[in-house]
Parts: sequence; C-alpha cells; structure tokens
Amino acid sequence: MRAEPHYPEKNYLNETYGIRSWLLTTDHKRIGLLYLASVTFFFFIGGFFAMLIRLHLMTPSGYILTPDTYNRMFTMHGVAMIFFFLIPSIPAVLGNFLIPLMIGAKDLAFPKINLLSWYVYVVGAAFTLYSMVNGGLDTGWTFYTPLSTVYSNSAVAPAVVGIFITGFSSILTGLNFLVTIHTMRAPGMSWFRLPLFVWTHYATAVVMILGTPVVAITLALAGMERLFGLGFFNPAMGGDPILFQHLFWFYSHPAVYIMILPSMGVISELIPTFARKKLFGYSFVAAASLAIAVIGFLVWTHHMFLTGQSTYAALAFSFLTFLVAVPSAVKVFNWTATLFGGSISFDTPMLYAFGFLGLFLIGGLTGLFLGCLGTDIHIHDTYFVVAHFHYIMVGGAVMGYLGGLHFWWPKMVGRMYPEWLARAAAIILFVGFNLTFFPQFILGYLGMPRRYHTYPPEFQIYNVMSTAGASILAVGYLLPMIYLVWAAFYGKVAGDNPWPATGLEWLTTSPPPTENFHVTPEVTWEPYDFHNRPDLGLDVPAGKPGKLSPSPAHGDD
Amino acid sequence: MHRTGELYGQFKTLEQQKDTATLGMWIFLVTEVMFFGGIMLAYTLNRHVYFHAFAAGSNTLSLQLGGFNTVVLLASSFTMAMAVWSAQTGKKQLISVFLTLTILLGFVFFGVKYVEYGQKFHHHLVPGKSFDIFYCVDNPTKCEDVSAEELTTEREELEKARAADPDLNAHAQLYYSAYFGMTGLHALHMVIGAGLLLWLLKNSLAGLYSPRWNTPVDMVGLYWHFVDIVWIYLFPLLYLIDRHK
Repeated sequence: MRAEPHYPEKNYLNETYGIRSWLLTTDHKRIGLLYLASVTFFFFIGGFFAMLIRLHLMTPSGYILTPDTYNRMFTMHGVAMIFFFLIPSIPAVLGNFLIPLMIGAKDLAFPKINLLSWYVYVVGAAFTLYSMVNGGLDTGWTFYTPLSTVYSNSAVAPAVVGIFITGFSSILTGLNFLVTIHTMRAPGMSWFRLPLFVWTHYATAVVMILGTPVVAITLALAGMERLFGLGFFNPAMGGDPILFQHLFWFYSHPAVYIMILPSMGVISELIPTFARKKLFGYSFVAAASLAIAVIGFLVWTHHMFLTGQSTYAALAFSFLTFLVAVPSAVKVFNWTATLFGGSISFDTPMLYAFGFLGLFLIGGLTGLFLGCLGTDIHIHDTYFVVAHFHYIMVGGAVMGYLGGLHFWWPKMVGRMYPEWLARAAAIILFVGFNLTFFPQFILGYLGMPRRYHTYPPEFQIYNVMSTAGASILAVGYLLPMIYLVWAAFYGKVAGDNPWPATGLEWLTTSPPPTENFHVTPEVTWEPYDFHNRPDLGLDVPAGKPGKLSPSPAHGDD
Repeated sequence: MHRTGELYGQFKTLEQQKDTATLGMWIFLVTEVMFFGGIMLAYTLNRHVYFHAFAAGSNTLSLQLGGFNTVVLLASSFTMAMAVWSAQTGKKQLISVFLTLTILLGFVFFGVKYVEYGQKFHHHLVPGKSFDIFYCVDNPTKCEDVSAEELTTEREELEKARAADPDLNAHAQLYYSAYFGMTGLHALHMVIGAGLLLWLLKNSLAGLYSPRWNTPVDMVGLYWHFVDIVWIYLFPLLYLIDRHK
C-alpha cells in the first residue's frame, strides 16, 4: 500500500556544497550534524580515559598508572563525558535536528545563535583539550576546593575556562528551544498535540536556562581563586569549601536531568511507534517532565549528606530526593502501559528502548538507596554511586541517544542502516554494559571506594568482570559508529516514513529539504494516533480500536 | 547580514519575529539573574559571617561617588527609555540624541569607576599579597585623599573590628574580592552594553528605526535596564549596609 521509497534529489545535505557552507550554515539540521561530529569526538576521548581506568583496575595494586595519573584519568573521563558528550548529546544533535521539524517550523527561532552555540562549544572544548594535553586535571570532575583552587598541580585554570565557555553553548541552545517551542509552532500544533520529545526538551531547556549560569559563576569564582587568589572557597583565607559544593551542585544536580530528560523524550517517541499504540497518559508524561525539571532544582544537597550538615537539612533534602523519583516512576509506568495491548516489533530502536526501561529502572531505584540517609552513610563515595549513575547515564541517557540516532537516522541521511547488524550491536552493548556496571554495585556495597587507584585483593574478581564487560561495551559502541556512517552512503533508501511513525517530521522527505516542508503543515490530529492515520499504511482492523498489525518489512531485514 | 527591518526566513510575520526576539531577550536576562545571583549569594553569606570585616570594607567606599554613579545610571535608563519611545513614535532624530546621551552617561559611570578603582589600588585594597585594610590608618601620608579626621574615625572602627575579629584583614580581603568581582562583572556587562549602544547609534543615524520596526532598540533597552537594576542591587549591598560615616 505504501509507495516505493523515494530519495529526494535536492535536500539539505546537497543543496549547497563546500566546507564554508557547512561551517557557516544556519540550517538547524546541518548544525545538528556538526554537533554530532563534536560530541562523538569527545565520546572517544572520554572512552579512552575509561579504557585506561578499567585496564588499570584489573589488578589490585594497579601496574599501569601511577596514583597521580590515575586521578587524572577519572577526572578527565568525567569532564569529557559529562560536559562535552552527555549534556550536549541529545539536545544539540537530535533536538536541534528535530524540534523545528516536529513543530512544523522552517528553523529554530534564532538560527545564527544556534551556529554560535556550536562555535562556543568548540572554543570551550579547545581550552579543555589544551588542559588535557598539558598535564590534565586531577581534581575529580567536581572540582572540590581548595584542592582545585589552591593545591592541585594540574591544569585546572584552562579546564575551568573551557567548561565555563561551553556552558554558554548549553544556555544558548536552551534559550533557542524555549523560544522556538513558544512562538514557532505550525497552525494547529497546540501544546497538547506536541510530541513528548518536544515537551521533554522544553523541560530540559528550562533547566539549562536556570542552572547553567550558576555553574558558570561558580567556576568563574573558582578560576579567579586559582589565578588571582580570591578567597571565597579557601579556608585559609576565611572562605568555605562547602559554599563551593552548594553552588556547584545547585547546577550539577539539575544537570543530570539535562542528561536524562531528552532521553526520556526519545523513549516516548520510540515506544508508541514500535508498539503501534498511543502513548498512555500523554498529559501525565508531559507534566512529569516539567515536574522532574522543577523538583530537580530542590535536591542538590543529597550529594553532600556526609559534609556535616544539620540533620534537619539532610531530612528535607532526602525527602525531596524521594519525591523527584515519583515523576520518573510515572513515566516508566506509562511507557509500560503503552506496551500493554500494543503490536510490538523488535526493531533496533525498540531494543534500545527496552534496554532503557530495564536499566533506567535499576539506576533510578538505586538512587533511592543513595537518597536514604542511613544507607548513604555506608555507600557514599563508593562504587555503588558509580554504578548508579552509569546505569542512568549510560543505561538510560546513552541508550536513548543511540535508540534515537537509529530511529531518526533514516530521516537524517535518507538511508537505512543494516538491521541485523544493528540489533546485534544493541544486544552486545546491553550485555557489555551490565557486565561492566552490575559488579560495581556489589563492589560499592562491599565498601570499595570510588576514585581510588587500588583496592583490597578480594575485590579483584568483580573488577576483572567489570573490565571484561567494558571491552564488550566498546564493541557495542564501535559497531554503530561504523555502520551508521556506512549506511549514510550505501544504505537502502528509506523513504519519507519507513517505520511508520506519526510525527510531523515523517511527513517530509528523507532527508528533508533545507526549508523542512515544501508546504507548511496544518495539524488537525492528535499525537501518536495510529488509528486515525490511514496515510501510514497500517493494517487497521475495520471499525474498532485494537491491535494494529506490524507494518510491512522495511530496511533490509 | 540581512538588511534590517526585513522578515527573517523562519518567521511568518514581523509580529512573530518581534515576539520571538522579546521572549528571547527576557529569557537571556533570566540567565543573567542566575549568574549574578550566584556571586550575590556568596557575598551575602560572607557578609553575615564576617560582618565586622565587611562593615569595615563598606566604610572605605565613597558614598558620594557611589551615589553619584547610581544617579548617573538611573538617568541613563531614562534616556534609554526615551530612545525607545522616540523610535516607537517615529521621532528619528531624537533616537540618536537619546542614544548618545545614554552612551555619554555610561562613560561618566566608567570614569567614576576608574577613579574609585584607582583609589583602592593606592590604598592597598586590591586582593593579593599587599592587601592591607590598615594601610591608610598606618600610613596617613600615603593616603592624602583621606582627611585626618576620617582617618581617626577609621582607626577607631578598625581597632574595634579587629578586637571582635582577629583575622580582620583576611576577611576584609574577602569583601574586596566580592567588591571587585561584582562591580567588575557589572562593568563588563556595561562595556558590552555600551558597544551595543554604539551599534544602535550607527544604525539610528542611518535612519533604520521606525515605528514599524525598532526591535533592536527595544531589546538593547531591556538589556540596559537590567544592567542598571544589577547596580541598584550592588549599591546598597556594597556601599550602604552597616554604614556609619
């Protein structure tokens, strides 16, 4: 019933040629690809440091790195992955590419500011890379004072300058998204017809706008302390290291919601598509996204339970920490309810979505152990924390990122990736991930501290399992990098809507024209409404709502 | 660069374009509030903990110069608002007049700040190795711009403060870190604002702004007013609290 897939002659990729047309583009789709290149580069850098950490930790006394170098490895792994990969990843790559398409606009509200945000990222990245090759950083990505501001013998100042600058990239992206979603929606695209991907990016943008400036001023003050001897965070001058921690975590906790909300948005697109069923509880999922953003600003002190704070303060923040889990749980329940009675297929993006569901659940639940005051005393600053946040950030955010990349790759490049290879990679990644990080929960519970270059010999078995898992995980990451690039040139032509999915972005060609839509769409349908979309070519049982058959084979499976 | 006054490609109407720009500028100002908010929090907390030292610090600032600068900035906000009004009512020459006045007032502010910073430098009140809050009272001949009578009061106050806080000098250095940090950040924002105003002036002299389209004047106006409001916070925080001169 559907037409032969068609690859448009003229599209945003080939409309103009040459390096200047890419480096001076204001097309949000090209900027998304520029970001894809940058964040992938930093993913390699962060991965490189991770590899050294895991190799070193194979033996209890560690033969590969000196203690001082080991400190630099985990610090730079964190800095590269958090500030230069995770925070930009989905918003700057997929958000930039998709938001105008999803709302029926020609571009974002401020296309030139969009390009500026990429250049700001690059300049910040340059400073940080300079720091990495000039002795690196050994303070931990958290830059606690006065180690970072006074005593560290590492290149703190350039790194702090670099991260400060890159923060503005995040602010500009958030500003662009907020304004775009408010003022640039197509006729008929009311708030409650928006895809959840747009809602979560709206919530993410709120966090970017309110939180990032605080880390900016914090790093500015820390940088000035290091360079000019200001004393706010230095006890020797009457300053207070705990003030630094409060200011730092006031951003860095909401930052984790910047990392996970966009991924949740991706999952909210994948599950209805591959279950061929309307998302359960749309308005609750939308409201939960906003709730996560708001409550996320109220919990930062749970990173500081062991700093000697008052019991009452700790109680309040512990309670709020439990509260912030509720909207996330609402989403998980609603995704699960969407699956129920759906017509599920196991395409690669859906494999990533399933991976997300299980791993985010584990990561989220283990956050509760950490948010509970009594248990946190035992597991704070152990591998339990490391496992918890990797389950969320890798098992959650990166799975969502990869699932989204696979789902929208046909739209971005007009061609399908090889389905069986992609499924295999997803499974390899899932297995490798669990082997890497599940043992770390056990290690943490048994008491192995984080950021230590040695450990008692009885912990070796778990560390070896973790390192073995990491090598499998690496394969799981490398495979998509290779076949997605291959697919961009040699994959089977995808056509406008290969899945099929219901968003506006699927109504235009793959790849889209530079102006996104030849004719501005006018929206008269509800989101994820598979039953009232005959244009999708799905086998709808006559006369009644119910299970929809999976669409005919697509890609090359 | 697009010819100004034209509709950019991603918009459907000039009104949508203007609404978008306005929302964008307001959100940017929110980020600025969070940015300045961080350092104001650090200042406020330290003020509470080290109030003797911070009071001593406040008393070395000139109320006259600070007050004068406050009036200058308020006036510049007025002239800026008049520039926006002129654009909205089509009085093209007046736009340039008011923009010029705003820029001039901005430069007056910088001039006064230059004098103040210079004084701090000469009185050894810049954070660093030679910071010494007692410098003027210990070396009256080096601080000729302070009268003998003021110095006597200051010596008394500082001795009292040091009795209450033996580390007075270190904590006073924190005050000055905040002083230079906050006023420095503010001055940086004013320099950027002055640059924007000069750009506006260039365009306004070319007659680009009209009632139909004057968004840049409006947006820079919002920014300038924000920078003014930051000073309205800084002045009481730094100059006025715990004042006894």
